[in-house]
Amino acid sequence: MAVDETKTRYTIPVGPIHPALKEPIRLDLSIDGEEIVDVDVVVGQVHRGIEWLGMNRNNPIQNIYLAERVCGICNICHPFAYVMAVEQAAGITPPERADYIRVIIAEMERIHSHLLWAGVAAHEIGFDSVFYLVWRVREEIMDLIEYVTGNRVTKAMFQIGGVRRDITEEQFPRIRQSLDYYKSIFDQLEKLFLDDRTIRMRTVNVGILKTEDALKLLAVGPTGRASGVPKDVRQDQPYGGYADLDIKAITPAMINETVVGDVYDRIIVRLLEVAQSIEIIEQCLEKMPPGPILAQPKTAVLLKTLTQAEGEGIGRAEAPRGEVVHYVRLEAGRETLSTWKIRAPTYTNLMSIPAILKGGQIADVPIAFASIDPCMSCTNRAIVVDSKTKNTSILSYRELHELSVEKTKRLEAEFDS
Amino acid sequence: MEMLSPEAIVESFKTVLGNSLVDSRIYEREVAVKKNLFRAIWLHVQRQAFRRAVEHICELQEYPHLAIISSSDLGTEVELIYHFTIYYGHHLEELSLGLRVKLPKSDLKIPTITDLIPGAVFTERETQEMMGVEVVGIPDSRRLFLPEDFPQGVYPWRTDETGPKDMLRVLPGRQKKYGSR
Repeated sequence: MAVDETKTRYTIPVGPIHPALKEPIRLDLSIDGEEIVDVDVVVGQVHRGIEWLGMNRNNPIQNIYLAERVCGICNICHPFAYVMAVEQAAGITPPERADYIRVIIAEMERIHSHLLWAGVAAHEIGFDSVFYLVWRVREEIMDLIEYVTGNRVTKAMFQIGGVRRDITEEQFPRIRQSLDYYKSIFDQLEKLFLDDRTIRMRTVNVGILKTEDALKLLAVGPTGRASGVPKDVRQDQPYGGYADLDIKAITPAMINETVVGDVYDRIIVRLLEVAQSIEIIEQCLEKMPPGPILAQPKTAVLLKTLTQAEGEGIGRAEAPRGEVVHYVRLEAGRETLSTWKIRAPTYTNLMSIPAILKGGQIADVPIAFASIDPCMSCTNRAIVVDSKTKNTSILSYRELHELSVEKTKRLEAEFDS
Repeated sequence: MEMLSPEAIVESFKTVLGNSLVDSRIYEREVAVKKNLFRAIWLHVQRQAFRRAVEHICELQEYPHLAIISSSDLGTEVELIYHFTIYYGHHLEELSLGLRVKLPKSDLKIPTITDLIPGAVFTERETQEMMGVEVVGIPDSRRLFLPEDFPQGVYPWRTDETGPKDMLRVLPGRQKKYGSR
């Protein structure tokens, strides 16, 4: 990182163990006083070679388990995109009922992921009472996920050519009960996140990503939509049960006249998407067609079909953070995949980070970085290097977090006076 | 913006690229109850026409979305597929467009497209380090995922002698399972 010696400019490497998030990544921030003038993103700290395993060790069915473990939170959308790619490559059509079950599970995942993010975001600005509240509210959807799939986190619902568990009529009332709960508290959540003075002060006009930058830097998901790019795979490309529903990509323009592309707009998009997800699940419960849930219930037969199949396919699914893309190529007679390429949404969203952070303040880094909801892994220290004296000091997670909390307090005091 | 049908798009590529368009395929698949169509276009172009093809995609759609570059080791050749989407933002109108280009292993070079699509830089860097394809003119040629101390000349996605075979560790009593073709 180039340091201009004539001005007092410092480089702060944040991470690889990162202050704002739970997963490792390194941001090299060039700062001038409090202002961030340049950012470099360094990734690769948790590269596990999952694609390589799928091409050299596991067969296509075993790969579903790997795809689920690409990410703890997105363990529906990765297998979703993966099985769609394999189904295309091998010419398998999943039954209609399975398409709907896939959508219901994927939307439950979106609700829990967005609520998780809302809690983390509140914590980043030092508003911990909201963090506790939102995470308590999130427990309801976690219980529902456990009720439907048998597990809170890794749901193991997907199989090539369908799903592994049915959602039966008897389960509908319990699902509706949870949805009704969220509908009953949604107004409160909306008021809390959109009208609260503290949240507005820390998020309005912070971490702006302009529409043009979002398009050029390929921003996807809520990050792109908050900047006014109406791109949502559920709306754009028919896949799963979404193809039957009339889904509209959510942008801040739905409640505000102008799209700013700041952190506040990203809150709006995620909040409205929770309401949208509830609606989608309700529609799916209503319209769910009867029938089998698997195209080929016998795993051994399925595996044989896949080994003999030749072809390629591309699966796209809208994850809570944006579009997940899996490309798969099958070669006849080969046990493993011949090519497997995964593109997670954060992969492209990270390229927007320099644009989001530049011109901002250090105290805004946690919330601005968290606002794209990056999906990597956890916490703890940043090193501050004074380029003139070569002094190195460690800025711990706590100190950086305190900087952020102090800013909130300062703004509130200024507002009150 | 005028939206063309997949057939018209393939025709426009034929006009623009001529003989350099090696192959084209339109994939359609009925989805769920209403049987709406998932549509994808697969194009195979020669390397000298690759830049022109990407420029043509930019003419079809301002700011096309480049999802990822996938790469396959085909023995004597390396195949790159640039996965684009166009016509996003419209209900069920989006098209996946896979632009395929094959490079002989004796000359693994491809021009950069970051001047047309700035967000292509991550995936170009990844292709460079994982597959050993040189991206000519890339603005940032550092490694992306691989650590700095990873040996030079080893490319994890290759199945030939430049693959990571010697780096594999296996549990005692197990055999190395590698490139099971």
